[in-house]
Amino acid sequence: MTEPLLVVDGAGKRYGTRWACRGVNFQLHSGEMLAVVGESGSGKTTLLRLLAARLPCDEGRVLYRMRAESAAESGTLTDIAALSAARLRWLARTDWGYVEQHAHDGLRLNVSGGANVGERLMALGVRHYGRLRGEALEWMRRVELDTARIDDLPATYSGGMQRRLQIARNLVTRPRLVLMDEPTTGLDVSVQARLLDLLRKLTEELHLAAIIVTHDLGVARLLAQRTIVMRDGRVVEAGLTDRVLDDPQHPYTQLLVSSVLQP
Amino acid sequence: MTIGQPMLRTRQLAKTFTLHQQGGLTLRVFSGVDLAVHAGECLALAGRSGSGKSSLLRCLYGNYAATHGAVEVRHEGQWIDMTRADDRTVLYLRRRVIGHVSQFLRVVPRVAALDIVAEPLRLLGVASEDARRRAGDWLARLNLPARLWTLPPATFSGGEQQRVNVARGLVAGPPVLLLDEPTASLDAGNRVVVVDAIRAALAAGTAIVGIFHDNDVRRAVATRSLDIETFAASA
Repeated sequence: MTEPLLVVDGAGKRYGTRWACRGVNFQLHSGEMLAVVGESGSGKTTLLRLLAARLPCDEGRVLYRMRAESAAESGTLTDIAALSAARLRWLARTDWGYVEQHAHDGLRLNVSGGANVGERLMALGVRHYGRLRGEALEWMRRVELDTARIDDLPATYSGGMQRRLQIARNLVTRPRLVLMDEPTTGLDVSVQARLLDLLRKLTEELHLAAIIVTHDLGVARLLAQRTIVMRDGRVVEAGLTDRVLDDPQHPYTQLLVSSVLQP
Repeated sequence: MTIGQPMLRTRQLAKTFTLHQQGGLTLRVFSGVDLAVHAGECLALAGRSGSGKSSLLRCLYGNYAATHGAVEVRHEGQWIDMTRADDRTVLYLRRRVIGHVSQFLRVVPRVAALDIVAEPLRLLGVASEDARRRAGDWLARLNLPARLWTLPPATFSGGEQQRVNVARGLVAGPPVLLLDEPTASLDAGNRVVVVDAIRAALAAGTAIVGIFHDNDVRRAVATRSLDIETFAASA
């Protein structure tokens, strides 16, 4: 069996005396998708920000397997708190993807759709205009965006298109870990279905490790092999997604599952 | 049919639901189930509706958590207890060893029937085109009209969806197969087709546990039956 790409070891974050999330443990391997479910305020987004090193842990650790120097060795598992700011910036621009819930956090709204996709490649040193544009077109096609809109500003895109543009912008650098905050929330049902299909295909093709924060249990069921359930900053239940949803053990998970129409 | 070595067994398996929304009410479904299923054997679960047949089948797949006891499958000469194995091991066993045909198909909308059936093969590393070709062979064998293959099954009839589900369960030829009413919504002709496929899997050495309401189907495929009501835990 493979070695984990990400190890979360007792991670927690405190605001004043209140713990936004605490005692989180799990491991994630390449090719796996993990869903984090729970209601608003349960600490899901805080957890995601800890994993992306956007917030420091107040207890516990987050370990990430750095890319190997050569194909023969496997990378070393490194505490992200020990990495320099420059190294973290490099990871955030290349090896990690972060799909934000709100387009204005995840896109640059004052440059074209194509430039949004090209930006992370430029951070890797790609300067050739033809190549940048070629990659942008290719990724717009892969996320099923109309390539005729490549020069339009993202503000003129629909919510579903903006979400797909964010995905293209993140995946263009071939990250190994992608974090997604409510990627289907606020979209029409038909657009949601299309996005689910797209995410499923891309994670499989690219052998990504992905974490998807969602309050939609149906999304968790269709995309994630494993699910953790958070409440008041704590993981109250974790396991295979179908087991968690079909035979929930914790009172809160039972409430959550019984409250939706068809989980 | 020749009976081979044991592939799946339970030891003192029990399932109790605790309903926290109902003040902690407990529902004891069964307890003390010891069963063993051998390669080439089909064990039919019998018992009235509501007696826990589906619950037992779901426990065998790890879809329901066992309250007590063990569910062991044989893989590469070793017994692995699914109730104690970590999630990653259970997922591995589900890909390689134990298949499940549920009553209803639950899949990502917009995905073509052919790709749904091909998925178990792709998860085993079979190349996409090869997986689709073998998926097509199964859909043809189960009489699903070729014009439907590239469509998502959401709009299919119950019987068509069920055959997609059966094809998906059989395509990768898992050594252990769990079948929950695989012929429930089929007409007589397609029932025969599915029965033939199950019998072929048995002849090839698959160990099967199933729920078959239709008496003719049960007689045609089952080599043994187990009455779940024998294990009813007194509430």
